[in-house]
Amino acid sequence: MAYLQQIIFLIILGAAGYIFWKRIALIRSNILLGKNLDRTDNRPERLKSMLFVAFGQRKMFKNITPAILHLFVYVGFVVINLEVLEFIIDGLAGTHRIFAPYLDGFYNTLMNIFEFLAVSVLAACMIFLFRRNVLKVKRFAQPEMTSWPKLDANLILITEILLMLAILSMNATDQILQTRGITGYVFTGQLVFSSLLIPLFDGLPAGLLVFIERLAWWLHIIGILGFAIYITYSKHLHIFMAFPNTWYSDLTPKGKMESMDSVTSEVKIMLGLATDVGSAQAPEKIDRFGAKDINDLTWKNLMDAYTCTECGRCTAECPASQTGKKLSPRKIMMDVRDRMEEVGNSLANNGKGLEDGKSLLGDYITKEELNACTSCNACVEACPVLINPLQIILEMRRYIAMEESGSPAQWNIMFQNIETSFSPWKFAPADRSNWIKE
Amino acid sequence: MVKTQKMNVPIMAELAAKNESPEILFWVGCAGSFDDRYKKVTRAFIKILNKLKISFAVLGTEESCTGDPARRAGNEYLYQMQAMSNIQVLDGYSIKKIVTACPHCFNTLKNEYPDLGGNYDVIHHSVFLQQLIDEGKIKVKEGGSFKGKKITYHDSCFLGRANGIYEAPRKILKEMDADLVEMKNCRSKGLCCGAGGAQMFKEAEPGAEEINDKRTAEALETGASIIASACPFCMTMLSDGIKNKEKESQVVVKDIAEIVAESQNL
Repeated sequence: MAYLQQIIFLIILGAAGYIFWKRIALIRSNILLGKNLDRTDNRPERLKSMLFVAFGQRKMFKNITPAILHLFVYVGFVVINLEVLEFIIDGLAGTHRIFAPYLDGFYNTLMNIFEFLAVSVLAACMIFLFRRNVLKVKRFAQPEMTSWPKLDANLILITEILLMLAILSMNATDQILQTRGITGYVFTGQLVFSSLLIPLFDGLPAGLLVFIERLAWWLHIIGILGFAIYITYSKHLHIFMAFPNTWYSDLTPKGKMESMDSVTSEVKIMLGLATDVGSAQAPEKIDRFGAKDINDLTWKNLMDAYTCTECGRCTAECPASQTGKKLSPRKIMMDVRDRMEEVGNSLANNGKGLEDGKSLLGDYITKEELNACTSCNACVEACPVLINPLQIILEMRRYIAMEESGSPAQWNIMFQNIETSFSPWKFAPADRSNWIKE
Repeated sequence: MVKTQKMNVPIMAELAAKNESPEILFWVGCAGSFDDRYKKVTRAFIKILNKLKISFAVLGTEESCTGDPARRAGNEYLYQMQAMSNIQVLDGYSIKKIVTACPHCFNTLKNEYPDLGGNYDVIHHSVFLQQLIDEGKIKVKEGGSFKGKKITYHDSCFLGRANGIYEAPRKILKEMDADLVEMKNCRSKGLCCGAGGAQMFKEAEPGAEEINDKRTAEALETGASIIASACPFCMTMLSDGIKNKEKESQVVVKDIAEIVAESQNL
């Protein structure tokens, strides 16, 4: 019996670890469905990007209110999770607050910091719930924010509130048990915030208090393990993905589009520019031009989709979206993720995967959305974790233009003008310098 | 008053025939060559170059679309055809330094041509003019024609977010002693005029409002009598926006180069 709790804990920890590991492996293989892209260069710049943008949350601070609230939740999450280390050791060893005797007075300081953060997280999450559900901040209420994304966001916030309440109840009952001299409940010193809850529990018998304290402990640790697994299905995955995503971000100016080497070799042959015959040969395997489905995008585009937490700052800044066009950069990211998960799950179950007769273009993203983009980079600039929806939009336009010849009629005329008159407008090339004489 | 004076516009091919090479190539762009409104910007910029006796040339009929609109519309093939032909011409004349008054040409020449082997020192005319002011080559007289005038500057996306150029055009306007007022969305949060990404060459997708009308409304809110721009497409979009709102008699769109030229009585 003495070891029963430890065995149960070990089983839960092991099972959670296993499921979490399987989920990460699936996400990794889904991301690797994307095309190859070298992002191993310039490590100092990449480190800087990760430290400032992900760790330092620099881009969040363009909008101060949510930035401060988010900072509380973020710091709370990182710091309070240090306590999980103690939880795990206690759970496995059958001890209680194993660090308390070693750290002595410092343990009390630490616990009070944790409690302050727990209260901050609690308050921030309540305000976030209020902003989403009562104030109805515009970016949380756009067409792509259907029932699941909305529920997902609320579930995360409610779970975080419950986790914090569990910690505070646990500490409150623990303090009462300490004063009653129950064995095992080591002295922690006064814990400022949870002691405010003591009147709620003070009249209860010791047995019930131990039960509540243990229940809160188990709820907190199971909650955290469950949360870790849940976020792999959720938009909330950004808490992990923000770090690699900012590390691997594009370091070139935002205006630059990636060149297509497969096109270059063809153009060189056309213009008779090939200097050495070998390099001008058509490549062995001809890629599809542009992107029709997720495997035509790069792995970084796919990582972007897993990093997106659907905050909607991109869509709020998008000029097309602001003026009522169908385009929403956030929806582009959500569509990429949904399609990637569809393909990934199908492959994991020996299904048809990419050959299921569906594709990102058409079944998820329409031409009307893609055609509305002004390539203004507002979405790219707005993203706090350096996601680039524009690259995906432009890759898909490449597919439409070069594989389908399906661009809007007026663009086809523009193409024709450039081909024949070397200007997007139909003016005679010989008249190009007429302005000098006019 | 803008004086009519003869422009001196050296053509690259003619200079090369005389074995001369200019310090800079002025890339005029399609709008600067063909659009009636933007030709005035081209001329204003050339008047400044002439006045400062800056050694330059234009390609004339040898110039061709950089390929930007084709590329943004998805036609990479056409873009690369244009780019490689242009690179052949530029390299044929051993061009080192290019100045252009179009942020789209600027972005493509500067950021995208290197991938295809075209490496040049590319400068947008707003930065070029700001450098001339910094070097003291352009001096603004006390109480110039823009003194105290309310001017708002519209950020071009391809200059601003795409290339991080926010301050050069603003410095020029401040140098003119103008009362620079900002729109509620400016610099990295500047709202697009609606023309980028090849939208200039097609009707907008169905929506509730035109982007240029929205941006024009933001500009009018500032109460400025001049909207300064640094891009031919922005100029068209905002001018149309002002027409749609019937404010032509009160508000004008001027390019940074026109403002500098005017301040110099050119």
